[in-house]
Amino acid sequence: MSMYLEMIRVRFLMMLAYRTNYYSGILIYSINIGAYYFLWSAIYGNNEEIQGLSVLQMTTYVAVAWMARAFYFNNIDREIAAEIKDGKVAIEMIRPYNYLGMKTMQALGEGIFRLLFFSVPGMIIVALVFPISFSANLSTWLFFFVSLVFSFIVNTQINLLTGIMSFFLFNNTGLIRAKRVVIDLFSGLLLPISFYPLWAQTVMTYLPFQAISYIPSMIFTEGFVGKEIFNAVLLQAFWALILLIPIRLLWSLAKKQLIVQGG
Amino acid sequence: MFYVSMFFQYASQYLKTRLTYRIDTVIEILSDLLFQAVNLIFILIVFDHTASLGGWNREEIIFIYGFFLVPYALFSSFFNIWDFNERYIVRGEMDRVLTRPVHSLFQIIMERMELESLFGVITGLVIMGYAATELGLTFAWYDVLIFISMVLGGAFIYAGIFISIATIGFWSDSRTDIMPMMYNIGNYGRYPVNIYHKVIRFVLTWILPFAFVGVYPAAYFLNREEWYGYAFLTPVMGIVFFSISYLLWNAGVKRYRGAGN
Repeated sequence: MSMYLEMIRVRFLMMLAYRTNYYSGILIYSINIGAYYFLWSAIYGNNEEIQGLSVLQMTTYVAVAWMARAFYFNNIDREIAAEIKDGKVAIEMIRPYNYLGMKTMQALGEGIFRLLFFSVPGMIIVALVFPISFSANLSTWLFFFVSLVFSFIVNTQINLLTGIMSFFLFNNTGLIRAKRVVIDLFSGLLLPISFYPLWAQTVMTYLPFQAISYIPSMIFTEGFVGKEIFNAVLLQAFWALILLIPIRLLWSLAKKQLIVQGG
Repeated sequence: MFYVSMFFQYASQYLKTRLTYRIDTVIEILSDLLFQAVNLIFILIVFDHTASLGGWNREEIIFIYGFFLVPYALFSSFFNIWDFNERYIVRGEMDRVLTRPVHSLFQIIMERMELESLFGVITGLVIMGYAATELGLTFAWYDVLIFISMVLGGAFIYAGIFISIATIGFWSDSRTDIMPMMYNIGNYGRYPVNIYHKVIRFVLTWILPFAFVGVYPAAYFLNREEWYGYAFLTPVMGIVFFSISYLLWNAGVKRYRGAGN
């Protein structure tokens, strides 16, 4: 356990060493959220609300969705693919830790860093410029953070799955890109799931992606109320458990399949 | 001439590597299509909830998007150097590039080319074709030439912006998250700029002129005369921004000291 904690710490410190450019990143994120704000204001036009969300809630949704993304987002799929390509994975696998566990911990270290140095200051700046509603309700915040943790877990699990796929495809930049696009759309980052046509919403209830962005953002904007919140978090937990199965299966298959290219 | 033959040599090498990882190439083209579909879906869903966006209707916005795809495809086939810092500076690959008697920027562009992205030109033309028929647009013969020059202008604007950002790597070796976000900001050029606040409009027009890779040039073909002035600036902006990035690059190379030992 302490070994994994150490990995979180090391990655955190590594990110800290390169922190200067993060401030420019905050600026870029803010421009991004700003443009979204105007886009959505134009979309709303004279409408008071669309699908139960007011303009104010929508702006908050966009802001929190992007800031939360800084936390759950990581490139471990690409890192795994690169390590497979270089052949480094062979060395990693004989080391006395779980390779996938180590990758997850590194991602967490990165996520915590971005949460503290990127999302929090970023959110404050965005809130100063644009109208954003923060909930005064403590339980909303509590549920939001719980659901944020789950969104990290689910997103990381999907990244692990994509990463493991390079054991079979060798070069999987295409798959990684496809996954990213699918997550942007189906996780609710670009559009709240409730905006989609009903049939599409039904399809998405059977997919894990809304656990990544839609659920935490809806909790934060209080688009979910009462029992809805509870069910949403349970759904996230459900997916976090279910996704362990394909990871296990693919990983044991991958270990048998391992061909180190070159070297 | 020498550069042209270099281009074909690189291109043939590239095709060889692509054919080695065949499944991946197919997946990559599919993922590009998916990416293009996602943005279209975004537009369609948004127009489920509203009839117009800043005075532009659904088909017009779709047309702008189709137009955007064409210069964007050219850009992503040849100037996709978002990982320049990590790949060339941090790993020291830049040293290898600099020892060769071809301009370093040209080499890197050739090494990073992704010809399969050219597929986006077709998608873009199809989307534009659809929207143009829906809107009943008519085109004159010289519109083809104007289209080509605007597409090239747009591609060079994109290239100029991304090369300029890549040159940051010569001055600072720390990692940036700017690149991925730039792709997002690029998207805002696809919507009518009149919906944005003055500041953002200014940024999208003069600082990160993504509006020239979308709404401005497309406005010409949509007969939106109020934007003609901007539309015809597109090739000029392309030349200006690409030249700036070229100068920045050369300055950066001069300053480059290499990483590690």
